[in-house]
Amino acid sequence: MAPPLIELAGATKRFPSGSGSVHTAVRDLDLTVGEGEFVAVVGPTGCGKSTTLSLVSGLQPASAGMVRVNGADVRSIPDGVGYMFQTDAVMPWRSVLDNVASGPRFRGVRKAEARARAADWIERVGLKGFEKYYPHQLSGGMRKRVALAQTLVTSPRILLMDEPFSALDVQTRALMQDELLRLWAGSDAAVIFVTHDLDEAIALADRVVVMTASPATVKDVFEVPLPRPRAVEELRLTEEFMGLYRQVWESLRTEVDKARERGAGNAA
Amino acid sequence: MPRDAVLTKEEPASRVYESEEDILARQRTKTRRRKRNIWLLRLGILAAWLGSWELTATLWIDPFFYSKPSKIWERLVEWFSIGTDFGSIWYQLWVTVEEAVIGFAIGSLAGVVLGVVLGRSAYLADVLAPFIKAVNAVPRIVLAALFVIWFGLGLTSKVATVIVLVFFAVFFNAFTGAREVDRNLIDNARILGASRLQVMGSIVLPSATSWILSSLHTAFGFALIGAVVSEYAGARAGVGFLISNAQGTFDSAGIYAGMIIMTVVALIAEWGIGWLERKLLRWRPNAGDNAASPI
Repeated sequence: MAPPLIELAGATKRFPSGSGSVHTAVRDLDLTVGEGEFVAVVGPTGCGKSTTLSLVSGLQPASAGMVRVNGADVRSIPDGVGYMFQTDAVMPWRSVLDNVASGPRFRGVRKAEARARAADWIERVGLKGFEKYYPHQLSGGMRKRVALAQTLVTSPRILLMDEPFSALDVQTRALMQDELLRLWAGSDAAVIFVTHDLDEAIALADRVVVMTASPATVKDVFEVPLPRPRAVEELRLTEEFMGLYRQVWESLRTEVDKARERGAGNAA
Repeated sequence: MPRDAVLTKEEPASRVYESEEDILARQRTKTRRRKRNIWLLRLGILAAWLGSWELTATLWIDPFFYSKPSKIWERLVEWFSIGTDFGSIWYQLWVTVEEAVIGFAIGSLAGVVLGVVLGRSAYLADVLAPFIKAVNAVPRIVLAALFVIWFGLGLTSKVATVIVLVFFAVFFNAFTGAREVDRNLIDNARILGASRLQVMGSIVLPSATSWILSSLHTAFGFALIGAVVSEYAGARAGVGFLISNAQGTFDSAGIYAGMIIMTVVALIAEWGIGWLERKLLRWRPNAGDNAASPI
């Protein structure tokens, strides 16, 4: 059998903290994600969810444990990884078309070919007609679409998403969630989606992983047996959804409380 | 308000008090009037300044030392119609501008390259920081005198002075610009498959461009100063040489005339750099109305 696309076992990340001690962001993390699986990661603020993604993406090396992508240890950025950041990472000096085309261009695809691919993805994320615009001329939701197209045009097998829609208003966010599911359904990419929004996690994912307060490790894993294709807005109102929500929230709440107490202790 | 009552009772509520054309027309008149008034005031200030100078120099102070607008004008006319004591004014101007432009090109290129490299390498920047600070603290304009001894009275010594002045103005801005690049953008580019060189070219340089461009305004000013001062220190031609010569013959009108010529050159260059800036920074939300607008 082929190895799982993403495999973390006992993964640990420690940083030197400013005050001369060492801060542990992630401790003994075990997580396996297979092809075509959508995993949402929830946890209290600042617990190290994003660090998990940077371990998988190879942007940061692990301090201990095993991080494997495609069956190989991660030493640099692995092939076939896409990463959507929390804040805008589109290049403000490039038009929408050139932003989306930049992935293929970096990988040595000819300009005309890269632009053709980009145009195709711009259409798929619903931005046809905006190819010549610069990012500052677009709304927050549209910029997210650009970032999504920029990531998907490289046809990643692994999609890492770090609270990509957290800065959007509620309506736009729901729209983007539907859009993401629609676009992802056509691929068999493995997704790790970090969020602090439980609704979002359950509505999107096959599995929801609850992280402990810092240092982060896996606390609970919940399967989400809701059928696909899903319509995010309608899903939220079903009995099943609310039952799941209660379960996951029960697990998450104690961690949120812990994190809050610690925060209050630090502030005092 | 009684008027509301009248409105609902007797007149249709949809009565139009001003149409879109009215609003736009009023707006246009307002901007036009504002623009006209600004220019009138500017002309007024200029006339008041030159008039009072002319008047005091005629009636009161000695124009031999302070000169006056009419004399300066005469000198300019003489230079441009008959020529200077040392040949055509266009030739003098060409010499100075050539020195400034060559020095500016070399100096700013070196400043950008070194600034970006050091901006991206904290290690190198730490090693070189004390040297750069020390060299920057030297009153570099004095080097003009040294360069004349080293390179003679010709073009080379002037270009060297200009480079030394321009380099630091550009370097510090390029350095800051390259250092303050958004970490996210770099990570994103790396994930998208960019090599180190591609990150430099497609992320770091464009990010630093607005910093670099805004430094070019001051840098070209320095280039002209460098060229003129260097000619002053010793030359065979150029506007700085004309000024130096005017000083030697107690011709204060000539000094002013040289000053005015250099001012006009600087303004034209400023306009050119502003144009370049607007073109290169089209992607910025407020491109055009930023950084040292020449009014």
